[in-house]
Amino acid sequence: MQSVLGDKKALIILLGPALLVYTLVMLVPIIWSMGYTFFSGNAISGFTFAGTDNFTRLFTDPEVRTALSFTVRYAIVITIGQILMGYALALMYVFILKKSSNIIRTLVFFPVVLPTVAVALLFQKMFEIAPQNGLVNSLLNGVGVESVDWFGSSSSSFWVIVLMDIWRSMGFYAVLLYAGLVDIPEDMLESARLDGATGWRLIKNIVLPLSMPVLLSSIIFSINGTLKVFDSIVALTNGGPGSSTTPLTLYMFRTSFAFGDYGYGSSIALLLTLLCLIVTIFIFRSSRRDLTKD
Amino acid sequence: MSTQAPDQKVPLEAMQRQEPRRTRSRAAKRWAKLPVHLLIALLLVVVLYPLLWLVLGSFKTQQEFLNDPVWSLPGSFNFDNYVEAWTTGNLAVFVANSLMATLPSLALIIVFGVAAGFALEVMVWKGRNGVLLIFLTGIMVPGQMILLPLFSAYFNTGLTGTLWPLIITYTATGLPLTVFMMATYFRAVPREVFEASTLDGASIIRSFISIGFPMVRNAVFTVALVQFFFIWNDLLIALTFANNSDLSTIQVGLLNFTGQFGTVQYGPLFAAICLNVFGTLAIYLFLNQRIMKGLAAGSVKG
Repeated sequence: MQSVLGDKKALIILLGPALLVYTLVMLVPIIWSMGYTFFSGNAISGFTFAGTDNFTRLFTDPEVRTALSFTVRYAIVITIGQILMGYALALMYVFILKKSSNIIRTLVFFPVVLPTVAVALLFQKMFEIAPQNGLVNSLLNGVGVESVDWFGSSSSSFWVIVLMDIWRSMGFYAVLLYAGLVDIPEDMLESARLDGATGWRLIKNIVLPLSMPVLLSSIIFSINGTLKVFDSIVALTNGGPGSSTTPLTLYMFRTSFAFGDYGYGSSIALLLTLLCLIVTIFIFRSSRRDLTKD
Repeated sequence: MSTQAPDQKVPLEAMQRQEPRRTRSRAAKRWAKLPVHLLIALLLVVVLYPLLWLVLGSFKTQQEFLNDPVWSLPGSFNFDNYVEAWTTGNLAVFVANSLMATLPSLALIIVFGVAAGFALEVMVWKGRNGVLLIFLTGIMVPGQMILLPLFSAYFNTGLTGTLWPLIITYTATGLPLTVFMMATYFRAVPREVFEASTLDGASIIRSFISIGFPMVRNAVFTVALVQFFFIWNDLLIALTFANNSDLSTIQVGLLNFTGQFGTVQYGPLFAAICLNVFGTLAIYLFLNQRIMKGLAAGSVKG
């Protein structure tokens, strides 16, 4: 039995291809990319050794500081927004709509599967001011408010991005959290109701603690996705106005491909990777602690 | 689920109606429900109106865009904008490129990923937890970390200028999540099944092909759908390795779409967005039930 389940030849046939592709196309490049951080230049012009110049530059570059602060702000705001909206929707599905939530769930899930580029272009047209007013400005004019140049200032661009990304993803988090909420045993809720817990108290004391595990995995999922945001911003604002909505991902892309500096680009990518790693481990750790405390 | 609901509801409602201490009248109950209905209506408007606006826009002429209010209906429903986008806008080429990049990578991801998930979960060998962990880290690493070395590698091997860089990169980046999800699904299959087939004399490869794979067929289907959406909607990798109009996938093509016409031609642009949006939506709707179930099950068990 053990010899069959541990058959080395079969193991190579089954695991080999996946491991080989994964190693060659992901693991090796990750190491390789770290090597790039000590060089400057690119694949076409060739590389020259630069020592630790890239890291010195990384810590003094004001652009990096802007990009890093944008990335962190974006990740925090979107994660909070996604989880709050998702949780509110999930609660609505479970406690208000109950069995008839199926159709609403499907409709709210729609934007999740849509291509980000298409959604971003749609939002661009909705918030447009020139050459003609989009949907939002027309609505504002309708209630007597002047048109707003949404993409003209960094703060309003930021909120349009936030709005779009929450619109796009709330259905996903709603389904994810819904799956956690329906797993709460009905008799547990029933006994809490008999003990007089209703509405807000029921949610705070019973539902929230019981859905903590799925809530935490949603947060990890969300923060990991938002730190890597790329396509929605490229398509919606392309980092503008100026570079005020440029996240690390886009700054890395520009540095590498527009300015042809692979070494510095790799340094920024490394910073981003470490950021993802640290945040994930941090949340994971703190969640572990909380769980054992309970 | 929907077929069971009515049966369960009837006795409950009947019980409530007979309850003697019920003070609130029916009308009051309906009024109490009003905020909920308003909330749902608002939610649906927020989710669906942008899409409706998109559809209506795709039928408007440039004149209607510039002169009429944004919520006006198009003068006539003809498909000129769609034809324009499909031919002049090169949308046909982009869709073909997307399909040629997505389908092969999807097939490779499934074949490699399911086999690896099986090897990691069902087979018994030293170091499998370590290998699973190595795959797991791949989920976290951002694409930017592998772009530059891959660009150099594709450039030096002469693959640049074909769709191969896309296919290879998509396959590799899709594997971590697939392997992880498949390992989770295989965990749910009782070990006795494979022990029994081994006792009956099947080799482990045979067990995988005739028993393992069919048993997780639904999960495979779900994972394939999730990966399809990831690859189809990807921008970063496509923008890096196929940024030339002959190779553009639909997302890159759409991003550069306004460039094709010089000034902004609203009609064709809306038609192109529309095709992209409702193409994906049609696939999703067609397979809705399965993806919902699968997403929920996979994420929670993980």
